Order: sequence, then C-alpha cells, then structure tokens
Amino acid sequence: MTYDAVIVGAGHNGLVTASYLARAGMKVCVVEKNDWIGGAAVSRELYPGFTYSNCSYVSSLFRPEIMRDLELPKHGLQILPYEGGAVFQEGGGYLGMFRDHDANRREFARHSKRDAEAYDIYARDVLRFCRFIRPMLLRTPPDPSSFRPRDLAELMWLGRQMGALSEEMRARMVQFWTMSIADFLDQYFESPVIKGYLAVSAIIGTALGPMSPGSAYVLLHHYMGDVDGNVGAWGFARGGMGSITRALTASLKAAGGEVRTGQGVEKILVQSGRAVGVVLANGDEVRGKRVISNMDVKRTFLKHVDEAELPDDFVKRVKAFKIRGSSGKLNIALDSTPVFPALPEGAPNIRGDLHFTDSIEKMERGYDDWKNGRFSRDPFQDVMIPTMIDPTMTPPGKHFMSSFVQYAPPKIEGRDWTDADRDAFRDTCLNQIETYSPGFKDRVLHVEVRTPRELEAEVGLTEGNIFQGELTFDQLLFNRPVPGYAQYRSPIRDLWICGSSTHPGGGVMGAPGRNAAAEMLREAGAKGGMRDAYAVL
Amino acid sequence: MTVLTHFRTPLLQTPFHARTSAANVLNRWGPWGGYMTALCFGDADMEYTAIRNAASVYDLCPMVKYRITGKDAVGYLNRLTLRDAGKLPVGAVHYTGWTDDAGKLLDDGTLFRHGPEEYLICCQERHLPWFLASAEGFDVSVAEVTEDIAALSLQGPCSATVLAAAGFDVSTLKPFRMATFPFGKGQITISRTGFTGDLGYELWMTPGQALPLWDHLMQAGAPWGIRPIGTDALNLARIEAGFIITNMDFVPAHQAVREDRPRSPLELGLGWMIDWDKGHFTGRRALLAERERGPEWQMVGLDVPGNVSAEGSILYHNKRQEAGFVTAAAWSPALKASVAIAQVQSKYLKANDLWVEIYALRELQYAKLMLPVRVVERPFFNPARKRAMPPERT
Repeated sequence: MTYDAVIVGAGHNGLVTASYLARAGMKVCVVEKNDWIGGAAVSRELYPGFTYSNCSYVSSLFRPEIMRDLELPKHGLQILPYEGGAVFQEGGGYLGMFRDHDANRREFARHSKRDAEAYDIYARDVLRFCRFIRPMLLRTPPDPSSFRPRDLAELMWLGRQMGALSEEMRARMVQFWTMSIADFLDQYFESPVIKGYLAVSAIIGTALGPMSPGSAYVLLHHYMGDVDGNVGAWGFARGGMGSITRALTASLKAAGGEVRTGQGVEKILVQSGRAVGVVLANGDEVRGKRVISNMDVKRTFLKHVDEAELPDDFVKRVKAFKIRGSSGKLNIALDSTPVFPALPEGAPNIRGDLHFTDSIEKMERGYDDWKNGRFSRDPFQDVMIPTMIDPTMTPPGKHFMSSFVQYAPPKIEGRDWTDADRDAFRDTCLNQIETYSPGFKDRVLHVEVRTPRELEAEVGLTEGNIFQGELTFDQLLFNRPVPGYAQYRSPIRDLWICGSSTHPGGGVMGAPGRNAAAEMLREAGAKGGMRDAYAVL
Repeated sequence: MTVLTHFRTPLLQTPFHARTSAANVLNRWGPWGGYMTALCFGDADMEYTAIRNAASVYDLCPMVKYRITGKDAVGYLNRLTLRDAGKLPVGAVHYTGWTDDAGKLLDDGTLFRHGPEEYLICCQERHLPWFLASAEGFDVSVAEVTEDIAALSLQGPCSATVLAAAGFDVSTLKPFRMATFPFGKGQITISRTGFTGDLGYELWMTPGQALPLWDHLMQAGAPWGIRPIGTDALNLARIEAGFIITNMDFVPAHQAVREDRPRSPLELGLGWMIDWDKGHFTGRRALLAERERGPEWQMVGLDVPGNVSAEGSILYHNKRQEAGFVTAAAWSPALKASVAIAQVQSKYLKANDLWVEIYALRELQYAKLMLPVRVVERPFFNPARKRAMPPERT
C-alpha cells in the first residue's frame, strides 16, 4: 500500500506532524529505528522501578495549541509546574529561587539589594522580547527572496511587527539577538551568583560560552514558553518526558495513524526527483506520497539521500550547518533523598533546578575546556529531581535525578569518545554533586551516562546537538536550516523536514512539526483540525 | 454586662485552625459559612497541582450539616429532596437538591445514609426554617450539627495510597460509599466523595479528633507530596469537574431578591436528579409543568477558543442579542483548554450561534474579545481513576 505520508523518526515533532495529517484524513505511518518511541522526549526504565527522562527533562516550550488540538491531556499528558531552584556557591553559600515574587526579591537582596530591584526591570525587558517572538513560533517563515503573495504578506507582517516597536526597543532587540549573555546581564546586575544563575538559560544546548556573542538569544529561547500562562516557567511531564510522546502516539493512533518501531530508515527513495518512500534497514520498503523527515537536516540529506539528487549549493550549505554537540546527560537512580546542607530545612528549592556554577567566569572556563576538545573539568550541571513532585516515576522515598551537563564536545581532542572518557565524565559530575551534597554518591543505585557519542548513536542527533542545530541568529527564522529551504520543504519534491532543524528550532516545542503539517495541508488543499495560534494580548 | 465577644471575632475558627493557620504563610483567608477558610496557603498553582498529581487536604468543616433522624426519615427526605432517599443504601451517599413549591432550587448537597433512620445532609446554605417547616406531619427530628462534626477532604491520585499508609485500607470502598475505621481510641468515617472530579475521599470525625488526624495524615502522606490547599485551587478543580456552587452558579430561591433569578433543577442541568416516580415531593407539580413546556434556561459547559478565561463574561447570540452569562470559567491546566460554565436561554442554545465577549485586563486596560463558543459535555475533566476499582495506587 502507499501511505499519504511516511514520517521518519518518532520524535515529538514527527509525531506532531503525523497526528495533524492523520486528523486531516491522511493515511500516515511513522517509522522509528529504536524499539521505543520518543526520540529525545523519551522515558525508559533502565533500572527496575525507576522511570527516567532520558534526554530532555523539563517542559515549557511545548505549544499549548498543539496539546489542545491533538487532545493530549485526554491521552494522558499532564504538565506539573515545579518550584524552587538554587545555585550553590563555593564556600557553603547559595542563591535560592522562589515562585513567590516577594520571597524571591528578598533572597536576591541577600546577595545584592540593587540586583533585587533590578530584577523587575530585567524581567520586563525579557517579557517584551518574548511578546515579540511568540507570535512567530507558529508561522512559517517567509522567503525574503520570493515574490509569491504569501511570502510578501508574511514579510509585511514581519515588518509591521518590527514597525510597531519604538526606535529604542528596536535597537535593544537587535542588540539582544547578537550580544553575549554576559554583556546583557551586566546591564542589569552586579552579583556574580545572580548573573551565574540567569546566564544558564543562554548556554543550555549551545556550543557557546556565556561571553560568546549570540548567547543572549538562547536565553530568550528558554523564556518564551510557559506553563499554563506563566511565561518563562518550566515544568515536568508527569511520568517523565516520554509521556509527551506517549500521548502523541495515542492521539495519532486514535486518528488512525500507524507507528512501526525497531527498523530505521536506510535510504529515502527518490524517483524522477520526487520522494516516493523509504527503505528500512531490513530491506522493507514503505511507500508514501510524501516523506517527512524528523531527523536533523544533516542526517536527512547527508546520510539518507543520494547526493546526486541534491543541488551542490544545498549540499554545501547543509554541510556548513552548525550542529556542534556541547552537552551530556546523567540519569541517576537514588536510594534516598539527597541532602544539601547549604539549604535551610524545609526549603522548597530542592524541588527545582540545582546548579553549582556560581559565576559566569566559571561557566566560561568550562567552555574553554570544550574549545580545547575536552569535557569541562568543573562542569556546569543543571540538576533536577522530578520525583520531588512527580510520585509516579520511582517507588516512594526513592528518587530519579536528572543532570544536564555542559560542556561535552562531540569528540575528545579530535578522536572519538571511549568508555573510559565516558566514565571519567560521569565521575567528574558525580564528584561535583558530592561536594555540595555529602553522602550523595552512597545513595546512587544506577547511572545512565550520555555523552554526545551516545546521543548521536541512540537518538540520532548529529554530533549530539540537542537542538538539531545551534540556535544562533545566523541559523534562525528564514535561515533555518538553510536559506531558501525554511518552509519545511527540500530540493526534492515531496521530501519534507519537520524536526528542530527547522523554524523555530529546538526544545520540546512541537512548533516545527505543526508548522510543517500546516504547509503540507495547505499544499494538499486539506483542512485539518488546527486551531489558530493564541493571540498575544 | 453580658460576656458576648463574637463581634470581635465574627468568623469562627475550624477545629483544624491551629494547623491551617500555621501553614497559611500568606495569611490569605476568606469567609465561608461563618468560618475563616484559607483561600490559598502560599502557592495556588502548586496547591492545584497537588489535587491532580499527588494528594491534597482541604478543610471542609464550614460545610453546613443537618442530621435527620426518625421513623419517617425516608418519607420526609423523599418529600423534601429530588431523589429517592429510600433507594440510598445504608453506608452510601448521593448528590441531591431541594426546591420550593415553584420548583426553584433552594440548594444542592450530599445526603449520607448512616442508618435506616439516620441521614446527614451537607450543603452550602442554611435551611433550618425550611427543613423544620417541611417536617410537619413526619415523625423526624432535624438538627443543625455543623459544629459537631469536623471534616477533611483528601483528594488526588495518591489519596488512596496515602490513606493506606495512614492505616486506613479503603481499597474496597466504591465511589459514593462510606465506611468507619478505628482511629486512636475512637473511629472516623471515610467516604469516597469529593468536589474535585478526581480520586478522593472525605474524612468525618469529631472536632477533638481533628488535630491528631491532620498530623497523622500529613506525616503518612509526606512521601507523596501531600499538602493543604485553599479555596482558589479547589475552585479551579471543581470548574474542571463541571460542578456548580450555590450562590456562584445559581442564586438559591430563598435568597433571590429579583424574581427572575431563581432557577429550577431542569434549568441547571440537574433534571437527572428528579425521581418523578417516587411520589409527591415539594416542587413536583411546578417541575412537571416546566418539563412539559421546556425550561427557559439551560446550564451548559462551553469550550472557549484561545487562552483567556471568560470569567464574568456575557454571552451573545449572533454577536448581538444577549443570550446568557458565564457563571464560572478558567484556563484548565488539566485540559489545556479554556472552559466555562454558563446559563443560556434555551431559545438561543438551539440556534447554535453563541459568542462570548471577554474583557481581558492587561496592564490596567481591557482588551475586548468576541469569540465563538462551542457547547461541550460536562464534566470537562473526567479521569478514569475517579471511578476505578480498586482505587489507583501510586
């Protein structure tokens, strides 16, 4: 049989695209190389009784329009806001985060009275940037070199958005898109630990240091989401991040879609310049009127399509696409609740993100190691214990701890990672946690360690880059993934891309998947159950 | 001189006050039925999350309670209320309502049958004159017992697990059933009831047992993140469950100053309650006539596009004629949808061209929205674990 669409990869974006197409009446089939679904939004039980969020570990960006359209709550999706957070300082101090505005201001004031009051101005400015960018998330970027009416209309819309800003705001916005987070934060704050905490969102998943130009935008990428209207807030998916892709799969199947696991795509079949299906690793062919790749742009076109089918210029640009790996991940099963003696008893901070990098300088030194082809000797870790809030992932009293680690390069001094490198990386991370939580290592039951090597081999992310391509300004909007191909299409007819390599980029957002589906449905003249994006009032 | 002091402390404190006041870090209290009740203990979002994710406790003491006892208890309640109290087994609970002679609702509430001749009514408003007047000719006694009974609601997907950890095995307790369990030197009653539309229980005890039980439950529930919740969080959960509240979603007939305000059970979506075959009951004749001609109003659930709550909004037919009004609305975290409960005039409901005009307050200015709404089933949120047997364990 010939499907209307074959989707390569059961990551969240592939499943979002598939679900929208299925709801519009298309026969769709998702093929996945692993025996499990989820891509990088995945939960597996690697230690008995413990469910992990093996890759992505928190949720904020996932568009609420998608959850509603695809009825994901009905299929089991639940997002839990979390509270707290803290940075532990060398010497036993800490900076805590609180959901309560006044508690947070008083905590900041312990470190700098000026910064405590500056935070409101900072928050206003970041919210202004968010208001500018949020309406763009669920729109296909215009092609600035095209004269088609839709492109012209979208360009004019974009122009109007810019035109609505004051001259000063426009200048600040352009600065913000191009400057470093260190310079940006210096405009507001003086306390090293406050700056150290706020800079985190600007480096996560990015092969940039906090002093690199372009890092400020990455902060915005982490602030433009929300949990039930609280812009910038993050939460856990109940049952682990895999429950997002599980709900998507249930929604897809309810709409008549299929998912085949355990056989990856060897090759995308192209006949007379059109994609007509895929060949799986076992030799099976799955035919479709269109093929949609959830893989990153490099993997899709450099590994699974004959180069002869592609224009040279396109291949050159895809090869130049920046997708450098910068991070690793530890998933830890704990026998009991870790204690951080710096925190006051009963403080809610342990129910949020925990860091041990108390200044931007320290973070930048970690990046220096990456530039030298080594993992950071004193890494930045974004530690979370989702089971402080989610009762479903471990037995009571036991915990799952997730640690996102930077920096970890795709190669160690130019060669591949070895198991010994991986173990050394693990020990460096665990030792850092132990420093701030004595006895921590004795609580550890099991650790899953993921360097860029494992992320590429298992999830398929080229170089282990979690965003399927860096979120620098040169690779955003109509330049993502490459100029001329930002509308989810490719040089091959009926071959589409829907992953985070496309606008508006990475994170468990689903927007690329939905935008890609919208383009396909528009081209096919089909009407799907796709609501308008929510207005930004 | 008398020793009256109630004018100094108009609101009573519940038997749990020593614990709820310690936990209420923002000191956010509101009045409920003459008692101080916590609106929020510190973080309404996390409190709501406890209801849908873990385990929550809510102080139910202010609920108005009447004990009905006597040989004619069944006959009396069948005359007074809409459902058949005789069909309610001992050890069971049902949700019911009662109307005046014109068939207009006076209140809704839960009826607990503790014995063949012993019932407890729990409700929002006070009705002693009406209940006593209705008792004429029946061999029953009606006693207002609000202060004699302390009650705590334990709701959430981990609630059965927390009860088990506290030594109360509720695994065989079905929805709308109750049982007694030893506690200390006495006993408490636990019913599988609640106002959240989730798995949940209500615990009934003497005021003297209140603090020891609170401490016991909070300790047993700690591994599951048990936390006290205020009315703000509960209100969001009840909207998701599609439940209505007296004086919020309808005006009880005994309090309505404007004659057009009272509503019948048929107009409030409670027609299913009426047992037409049980014999005469107060309001029956008026309700029969209304059933013939069709109710003038209807209570409906609405799906509202966008992400702005439609609280307090007016509904229009064809964007022009006023067709009704929203009584409760919220952005639902559980559904990732904007939902509303509304009263709509029946004639406009049929036309199926309903719009809501929302005034969204943004930095001191209202942004005006006119959005098409869709009538949807209530409950909006209806998880299987609400009914599952045995109850979900986490």
